[in-house]
Amino acid sequence: MCKKNKTKQKKIIIITKRTTKPMNTQENSCRIAILHTSNMSQEAVNGVPCRGKVLTLDTMNPNVKRVEYAVRGPIVQRAVQIEKELREGAKKPFTEVIKANIGDAHAMGQKPVTFLRQVLALCSYPELLEDNKFPEDAKKRARRILGACGGQSIGAYSASQGIECVRQDVARYIEKRDGGIPSNPDNIYLSTGASDAIVTMLKLLVCGEGRGRTGVMISIPQYPLYSAALADLGAVQINYYLDEDKCWSLDIKELRRAVTEARQHCNPRVLCIINPGNPTGQVQSRQCIEDVIRFAKEEHLFLMADEVYQDNVYAEGCAFHSFKKVLFEMGPEYSSTVEMASFHSTSKCYMGECGFRGGYMEVINLDPEVKAQLIKLVSVRLCPPVPGQALLDLVVNPPQPDEPSHTTFMKERTAVLAALAEKARLTEQVFNTVPGITCNPVQGAMYTFPRITLPQKAIDKAKEAGQVPDMFYCMRLLEEEGICLVPGSGFGQREGTFHFRMTILPPTEKLKIVLQKIRDFHQRFTQEFS
Amino acid sequence: NSPPHRKWSERKVTIFTPMSDQQETGPTMRRLSQLESVVLWNRARQIKRELKQGVKKPYREVIDISWGDPQGGGIKPLSFVRQVLAACHYPQLLNSDKLPEDVRQRAERLLKECAGRSTGSYTATQGIPYIVKGISEFITRRDGGVPSFPNNIYISSGSQCMSAVKTGVLTPVPCYDKVNMSIRELGGVTIPYYLHEDQGWELQIEELNRALESAKGVCNPVALYVMNPGNPTGSLPQRRSSFSWLMSEFVSYKKVLAEMGPPISETVELASFHSASKGLIGECGLRGGYVELVNVDPAVMEYIYKLFSTDSCASVPGQIALNLMTHPPQPGDPSYSLYNEVIMTITQLIVFEVLNSVPGFSCQPVEGGGFAFPRLHLPLNAIHKAKEAGMQPDEFYCVRLLEESGLLVNPGWNFEQKEGTSHFRMNIMIKEETLEGVLRRLVSFHTKFMKEFS
Repeated sequence: MCKKNKTKQKKIIIITKRTTKPMNTQENSCRIAILHTSNMSQEAVNGVPCRGKVLTLDTMNPNVKRVEYAVRGPIVQRAVQIEKELREGAKKPFTEVIKANIGDAHAMGQKPVTFLRQVLALCSYPELLEDNKFPEDAKKRARRILGACGGQSIGAYSASQGIECVRQDVARYIEKRDGGIPSNPDNIYLSTGASDAIVTMLKLLVCGEGRGRTGVMISIPQYPLYSAALADLGAVQINYYLDEDKCWSLDIKELRRAVTEARQHCNPRVLCIINPGNPTGQVQSRQCIEDVIRFAKEEHLFLMADEVYQDNVYAEGCAFHSFKKVLFEMGPEYSSTVEMASFHSTSKCYMGECGFRGGYMEVINLDPEVKAQLIKLVSVRLCPPVPGQALLDLVVNPPQPDEPSHTTFMKERTAVLAALAEKARLTEQVFNTVPGITCNPVQGAMYTFPRITLPQKAIDKAKEAGQVPDMFYCMRLLEEEGICLVPGSGFGQREGTFHFRMTILPPTEKLKIVLQKIRDFHQRFTQEFS
Repeated sequence: NSPPHRKWSERKVTIFTPMSDQQETGPTMRRLSQLESVVLWNRARQIKRELKQGVKKPYREVIDISWGDPQGGGIKPLSFVRQVLAACHYPQLLNSDKLPEDVRQRAERLLKECAGRSTGSYTATQGIPYIVKGISEFITRRDGGVPSFPNNIYISSGSQCMSAVKTGVLTPVPCYDKVNMSIRELGGVTIPYYLHEDQGWELQIEELNRALESAKGVCNPVALYVMNPGNPTGSLPQRRSSFSWLMSEFVSYKKVLAEMGPPISETVELASFHSASKGLIGECGLRGGYVELVNVDPAVMEYIYKLFSTDSCASVPGQIALNLMTHPPQPGDPSYSLYNEVIMTITQLIVFEVLNSVPGFSCQPVEGGGFAFPRLHLPLNAIHKAKEAGMQPDEFYCVRLLEESGLLVNPGWNFEQKEGTSHFRMNIMIKEETLEGVLRRLVSFHTKFMKEFS
């Protein structure tokens, strides 16, 4: 019996078995082929089951089909292709592709912080501890980190939860940040970037069948790691809309609407908040955070607080308040009951060390038995990359005022954050001068998410081309100007509205040019389709 | 004479603690089976703490050979590797002549391939293209010219490919425990096939067939997992005469597949995994590994790409380690002689000889991998004592071994084994001096133990 293979390549595999037992086929899949070295004879073509591939779109985990990650999606793949064409000498209206699609500061020319890299070099090649060109405070930290590593080497596995002294330093950092509210190192789990920890928590939380399936509340717009993870895990995604007209603020009424509606078809258990927001950049007010915590308690939801941009706050009157701090300041009625996980990373803020994949989560009020399971779960991947753990230790344990590297460190840190604040302001200003583009203030994070008005003709043209309108727009921008953005559809947006996400990371002079090009493009585009 | 086997269906998790045996809670975690001995690790942690506090014991330190971690076990990293990494992270080092010329050249080359010349930037999803290309060249060289395509290679900080495959996976017994855990974590079912211990842990086709048959009607087997060299067994899948195992060579599954010619070579779907954690380079903590996919449906490849992209990219230090593994210094390079001074000591031979000379031990030849997996022939009294204590026999042995000699090994129970047998796994990627100490402690304890329970 032949199976009709739906894949493009229709390969028929003929394998002769030494037994005469017929092979059963089950549904759309074929039994695994046994590695027999046997004769391939002509008679094998007829009357013997032929096999397509074992792994096809039909036999693949069906959840995977729903996974999308726009930040590295089709537009980025096209951008990479264009870069290749440029390298091969193709003539284009631009000489380079500006990748303003991904929150990667170093790729856009931001310099790494000297102190961090000195310690990493020392940890990587400890012979450098004899080199007097390295400052004493860097050496001290390197020795401490190496002392905590197996065999005094960052090449050894660490405990799955992360190096103990790093977790202790993280706990101390959190305590200092949150005005003395205690943090227990046992509640800290180091991870491979924050993404790893976020997915781990979701794995723990998602369960149930049918109407009892876990529902996870996520903002629209959101960072598409969440939607991808929810799709992969087969969780129910519950959308709550941020209010664009009110600077992307979060409204409890909207949260309640979303959860009430969701209870009809799933079991809402989780509420995800990104603060400062990605892609929207809004910074939650303290009052808002309190309201969210109250809501989570009332609706019996597990809070996931994604706070990776906590140092990236620019707007006047805005400040970062950690969910944990607010929770504890609300008193024991909340602080001893609301279950929460907060996430942080070395990829953003002033460090921008994306490639090291450093991060952590702090869990609050987690059931002790579940914590034991969590340790098991993280142990499957053995441990997070040790250089990332070392880097995290430096982030939470930076040079102090009485240490030699302090001045340079503060200078570099301040310069990076100041530049970002300036670029945030510049971006909002320029975009708001363009008819057809409206841009909310970039209060924090690293992105702008302006709304674009597209002429109906453009929307129709997009539909003809089988593309979502903002993808159509962004692809044109890429082809004409060599600027790579991510269409708003990749993050979620209200029906009938269109956006794009652009990073504010290119160096100021380049950013000015980029803004100008987008402005010119938008005017041309609008003209073309009017 | 088929080996008895446990019911392979999903195992419930049982957490062994001194206080109680609790069934694990939480429906999501029910799939994640773990047969790990919590008692042993907790006790090891405790003993290390006690030693630090100055408590008197018959030994001064715990020798931990339960993990496959060469550097954790005291083996020094390769200078070339660490010099290049340091220079990549802190390019100021390139301005001086302190580092050898080839180190500086390689660091320059790698930095050129990093966005913004920084190891802190994200990379392409599959890995830095220059490094991925290097891996494909390495594979081709290793496999005597069998082509390898960069598009089929993904660098990762851990095995991420599994998400695309559900249901039944044939896995060896014994097997590296994380494999079974990963499969079950994803909702898959492991179908055990038993390696034949008496024949050097041979993988027998008849046993594969039996395992496959056992899955009939119960799950849908889609994948066969093989480990070459084996962990914990250290076996290589080849026939050999009694002494030719000393000359066994690693041959990759991909190479053999290619040599079998079409149609098999063009149809059997294969994923091969490798890592910078083992071998000469031993950089476990950097988390660098890769998978090469062969004959995978192009439509599925698109989704594999998507899955990997949600993790952004593998850690850059890990990617760099892979490059240094696939392209080590060449003859004539300044770092070449130092790099090759690292001799693979014949620890395998020593271990094999010693263990097979002691009554109550038997050990198959360790042809590869980094571990020995000796069999314990425990007296009945010991087995009963273990049962009383609520432990598996090899776990009981290992706990006593730890308490009395400060040696920490990994009980065979964690890797699954034929019912009624006992083993433990020990890391042999350790310094020769350490190995001497290890064997001394082990043999001395074992002799006492066997006497006590005879």
